[in-house]
Amino acid sequence: MQTNGTTPLVEMRNISIAFGGIKAVDGVSVDLRPGEVVGLLGHNGAGKSTLIKILSGAYKPDAGEIYVNGEHADIATPRDAKRYGIETIYQTLALADNIDAAGNIFLGREVLTPYGTLDDATMEAETRKVMARLNPHFRRFKEPVKALSGGQRQSVAIARAIYFNARVLIMDEPTAALGPAETQQVADLVLQLKKEGIGIFLISHDIHDVFGLADRVSVMKNGKLVGSANVQDVTQDEVLGMIILGKCPPGATPGPGAS
Amino acid sequence: MTAPAASTAPPPTAASGSFLSKLEIDARMLGMLAALAAIWIGFDLLSGGVFLTPRNLWNLSVQTASVAIMATGMVLVIVTRNIDLSVGAILGVVGMIIGVAQVQWLPAYLGLEHPLTAPLAVVLAMVIGGSIGLFQGWLIAYMSIPSFIVTLGGLLVWRGAAWWVTTGQTVAPMDTRFKAFGGGVEGALGATTTWVIAAVACGLIIIALGLSRRRRMRFGFPVRPGWADAVIAAVACGIVLAAATIANAYPLPAGTARRWAEANGLVWPEGGLFIPHGVALPVLIAILVGLVMTFIATRRRFGRYVFAIGGNPEAAELSGINTRWTLMKVFGLMGLLCGISACISTARLNAATNAAGTLDELYVIASAVIGGTSLAGGVGTIAGAMLGALVMQSLQSGMVLLGVDTPLQNIVVGAVLVLAVWVDSLYRRRIK
Repeated sequence: MQTNGTTPLVEMRNISIAFGGIKAVDGVSVDLRPGEVVGLLGHNGAGKSTLIKILSGAYKPDAGEIYVNGEHADIATPRDAKRYGIETIYQTLALADNIDAAGNIFLGREVLTPYGTLDDATMEAETRKVMARLNPHFRRFKEPVKALSGGQRQSVAIARAIYFNARVLIMDEPTAALGPAETQQVADLVLQLKKEGIGIFLISHDIHDVFGLADRVSVMKNGKLVGSANVQDVTQDEVLGMIILGKCPPGATPGPGAS
Repeated sequence: MTAPAASTAPPPTAASGSFLSKLEIDARMLGMLAALAAIWIGFDLLSGGVFLTPRNLWNLSVQTASVAIMATGMVLVIVTRNIDLSVGAILGVVGMIIGVAQVQWLPAYLGLEHPLTAPLAVVLAMVIGGSIGLFQGWLIAYMSIPSFIVTLGGLLVWRGAAWWVTTGQTVAPMDTRFKAFGGGVEGALGATTTWVIAAVACGLIIIALGLSRRRRMRFGFPVRPGWADAVIAAVACGIVLAAATIANAYPLPAGTARRWAEANGLVWPEGGLFIPHGVALPVLIAILVGLVMTFIATRRRFGRYVFAIGGNPEAAELSGINTRWTLMKVFGLMGLLCGISACISTARLNAATNAAGTLDELYVIASAVIGGTSLAGGVGTIAGAMLGALVMQSLQSGMVLLGVDTPLQNIVVGAVLVLAVWVDSLYRRRIK
């Protein structure tokens, strides 16, 4: 794997996990540096989301290690991951539909008053601030997120991920449910966060999406890493070949899954 | 009313439009109140004016207390997409144990009618109920056994255990002070206390509304128009004072009043004395439980987690919530409330029988559901469930008053439950 001097923000080494005998992720290693966008590509069922759920603490790997800033990190729960500054925007958004935007953004990290009660006013005020940045037209602060449009729900999920000063952001199919204008908004946001030095794992099955935003791509097939490459060194067709055939082109570093 | 309200529409964030949305009152809740009013007026007409008398309403409030208390816990259970079928059986076994404790165990150490007997019995009830609930919650949350199965098993186990305590014998009578929990003459708090409680309640309502308003204004959030807050305060205080008036309009029966007068050193006049009951202790407990549970459900982190788990269990887990522990606590709380209800129903009966609480699980679940708790999870209010309990009890008491046969009563209650849920689902579909 290429290195350019800086310590990786996150490094996942030889990660494996099996569900009922099927190896969903098998010996995969990926890394991410500050201000870098790494695209994780692969078919549905290639193991991208599973890999990323290990990083976000939703699953515990059977084997392999995770390093954050070069130090071994023990991530067993989503809370651990958040402590390391790893925030995730899940494909399903993972919002509690019956709760309003502020409740969702602060879910699990509520602001409390000195009396130990929920400080809804402060949480709403903070939500208004962060939403003003992400989605200035957002007005429905008091309604359960069930009542919001797809784009609005997406911005609530993004707000939750960036509000707590994330250093690593995982975006699982962030634009799958969005229209063209909203997709552009997400792209702008990715570039802005990148400038702030946040590392981003971008998971997608749409290579056009990824080529526009990512610095590097890692391709997975059947749970294994086919290879990783800088986007300048490979063509979209070559990456497509990696995704479909598992064939690693000369511009890429092959992984264990390359045929 | 709508037209002038719309023309003065303040910032776009405030709900524009109707009178009701300005008051931010749930239309669903209003529908329930309307249904309750219809039931009350209907029964009053059918019974020739017997239903809406202070006496009947007072009894109704006492009869509702036990199920209403358990319904507040059932709301949280159902909100997390679970169910508890064992509440009646838990009530039964706890009632049996505290009955025996008062009649046999505690007197052995303290002597009969010791002032500590009643408090100890209540604490014991809450501890046993809470422990049973926590144990079932542990099986559900950590052993991943479906709550339906655990509590169905619990229904049989605890009902059996209730029988086991005395091999089926009824235990009676209860400690005199303990009997206050059941209402009746011992549990009637009297006129002065009732007025004091009502005044304090009104004061708290006004203070709470004022504080919430000031807080929102400090953050520059949209607030209800001033008149809307005033209307809410007036209506809420009006209800409190009306309830106090009714409770104080129901006098003690002549014989009891006479004994009370003599005990208090009063001369018994020729025409008798009008000594009001005042609010009953079990009703006061139920109201306090409702307030505490509402506070827990809406103002505490625990309540937020309960609703998040109900809305999307996976999202709750991914946000780092300890969903298992939260779930276990929900069932623990449910058990604790069963313990409180066990005190009330045992005291009211002045006996511990192993049939106490039979079918209560169904009334409790029905109350929660009639009160707007969605079986799909994530939705429900404590106040709604308590109102649901009142609706159910009103139906039953009303039919008893009319002399309707028990089988027919069950048929009506069952049909109303199904009808209520159907109407509710229509309403929800329409607002979606």
